[in-house]
Amino acid sequence: MANVKVPSMLRPMVGGERVISAEGGTVRDLITLVDRSHPGFAAQLMDQRSGGLRSFVNVYLNDEDVRYLGGLDTPVEQADTVSILPAVAGGRG
Amino acid sequence: MSTQLPNAPSTNGTHSNGTAPLGTALTLDQGRRYARHIILPEVGSVGQRKLLAAKVLLIGAGGLGSPASMYLAAAGVGTIGIVDYDTVDLSNLHRQIVHGHHNIGKAKVDSVAERLADINPDTRVVTHNEPISSENAREIIGQYDIVVNGSDNFPTRYLVNDACYLLGKPLVDGSLFRFEGRATVYEPGKGCYRCLFPAPPAPGEVPSCAEAGVLGAMCGVVGTIQAIETIKLILDLGVSLAGRLLIFDSLEMEFREFKVRRDPSCPLCGENPTIHDLIDYEAFCGAPVTTLG
Repeated sequence: MANVKVPSMLRPMVGGERVISAEGGTVRDLITLVDRSHPGFAAQLMDQRSGGLRSFVNVYLNDEDVRYLGGLDTPVEQADTVSILPAVAGGRG
Repeated sequence: MSTQLPNAPSTNGTHSNGTAPLGTALTLDQGRRYARHIILPEVGSVGQRKLLAAKVLLIGAGGLGSPASMYLAAAGVGTIGIVDYDTVDLSNLHRQIVHGHHNIGKAKVDSVAERLADINPDTRVVTHNEPISSENAREIIGQYDIVVNGSDNFPTRYLVNDACYLLGKPLVDGSLFRFEGRATVYEPGKGCYRCLFPAPPAPGEVPSCAEAGVLGAMCGVVGTIQAIETIKLILDLGVSLAGRLLIFDSLEMEFREFKVRRDPSCPLCGENPTIHDLIDYEAFCGAPVTTLG
């Protein structure tokens, strides 16, 4: 099983879970599996037209940005951690 | 527009009680004040003089700018510029520790200048009581060696990123959201904010701190990391966060690191850049600077 770390911004969509364990061959498979249990999750990360990641969302396999691996089709091994990092702007206010 | 304390010297737009010319030998008082820096072989009196000669600009006098500015002043950074156009509000005080209750209603830059003058009279504080924009960013940022970003909206983040890259200035970046903080350093040529996030979310797609909340003490962790990274850059010490994005999850009390790479297709710092000057960031982000955050 791989672990999907859910950022605080998306936790309300997954019942407050911080980490979701799922079995999947690729990053896309994992996101799709999470989306089956929590509909709408994938739409937060992926552009529905292109099927790729949205430009303000990064997904990391362990510590590497999947854009520099195989994108959403990057294979996921057992015990890998997939982390989702949307852009956030807060700092001054 | 800049303002000046009544007792400040004639340097335009500055607050200062400067006790020693920058770059000269330390005074006896400075030797005592910075003794625990100077005793560090990695700092020494030469390093302390580098700090006194350094010019650092803080974007935002809020959650991150509060601890960053206070530690940089305490460390003896000689010139600290502050850009902010806001006034101190009661709702700021749970996290913006540079401001006191008595300064509610006061311009934030003046509140910061007052506090920093008390922390360290060696520090010259330059106030920029205006929004940073495509019109003034080059002129303001060009006066400093390093920029510390504590802004609260996407247009400003892209603007500051672009201006720093185009001017060849290191950008010490930080951000906050609820219980999570982030910090990294963008050194020109080693990746930038656009490499990390090529385009912003549509307005309203990502909630701001005002909408989602933020644990006040988070600001202390991330802003202090920014101060440390700034001091390391000034002293050329250790390994900077350039190329690494540090994520602090306060609920898990966990720090994680992710790689930040220079994107060859980045329109700003990539192989074939298309951005050669500052653009209209409100149009780029689809929202006015002043309505986010």
